[in-house]
Amino acid sequence: MDDPRTQADAVRKRQRARATVMAWILGGLVVLFFAVTIVKIQAGMGR
Amino acid sequence: MDAAAPMTLPADWRDFLALTKPRVMSLVVFTGLCGMLAAPVTINPVLGFVAILCIAVGAGAAGALNQWYEADLDAKMRRTAARPLPAGRMDRQSALHFGVGLSVFSVLLMGLAINVLAAAILAGSILFYVLIYTVWLKRRTPQNIVIGGAAGAFPPLIGWVAATGDVALLPVLLFALIFLWTPPHFWALALFVKTDYANAGVPMLPVVSGERTTRTQIGLYTIPMIACAIAPWPLGLTGAIYGVVAVATSIVFALFALDVATRTTQSEDAMRPEKRLFAYSILYLFILFGALVADRWL
Repeated sequence: MDDPRTQADAVRKRQRARATVMAWILGGLVVLFFAVTIVKIQAGMGR
Repeated sequence: MDAAAPMTLPADWRDFLALTKPRVMSLVVFTGLCGMLAAPVTINPVLGFVAILCIAVGAGAAGALNQWYEADLDAKMRRTAARPLPAGRMDRQSALHFGVGLSVFSVLLMGLAINVLAAAILAGSILFYVLIYTVWLKRRTPQNIVIGGAAGAFPPLIGWVAATGDVALLPVLLFALIFLWTPPHFWALALFVKTDYANAGVPMLPVVSGERTTRTQIGLYTIPMIACAIAPWPLGLTGAIYGVVAVATSIVFALFALDVATRTTQSEDAMRPEKRLFAYSILYLFILFGALVADRWL
């Protein structure tokens, strides 16, 4: 992989894949934290 | 950026996933989940999911830190040479940051969403695996996996504490069961990958004390392990479903272990009894914990 352009493309491709996975994880955490908050509020109201 | 400067390819996300040792994680998640489901109180499913996620992420973090520290060792063993660090697909600093980040995240989330005791035990298990086992014991003593086995024994205890907020006798027995299960499990493996460990300079028992001692130790550790596996039934902590399954599967374990303990390696030996004990030991743990949950819910 000596050609700088090919090299740069490979780096970009990998960065994009990592960013996509990270976006999915963060999205999942947003949903999870929202659900935890709702559960905690409900538990607090039940007391 | 200078077009002529060499560009370093960033590690693939699959390599970060591989750092967490997903196969080890599956057993950790399973035993943690069973510890939670065997508890006498039920936990909200969302919180239960978060607790198991924290246990899984904590285990993954410990695995990543283990690989960060042992990259040189992994490079010398056939079984581990293809891992991301020894294969050169990732730099060590990324692995360290990833491991520390996951550790902090899992412990904080456990503390904030579940309870402080579960978070403290999770933090203790990560530190135990990384500092006591990986850094201190593994390269120094053939007793490495005996004491280090405690790290893998924490998940059912954490699962139980996540549900109840308290420690009780049953999860302590489950902890003891995995703790005592680890030596026969790993020494069976060490008997048939002895050359690999010897090449890497890891003082596993077969390398340091020889095969005879290892085989005897496998037999000896099996006795208290089986006692811990069956004990919950006569102590009234579980019902007959778990009791009968524990007795039946433990008899099979004892027979396989006895076979390994009493034989001697022949020339051109395929080491079938050792491989059989290693494979069965994993199944044994899955069946026991499955029976524990079935006993609680059926």
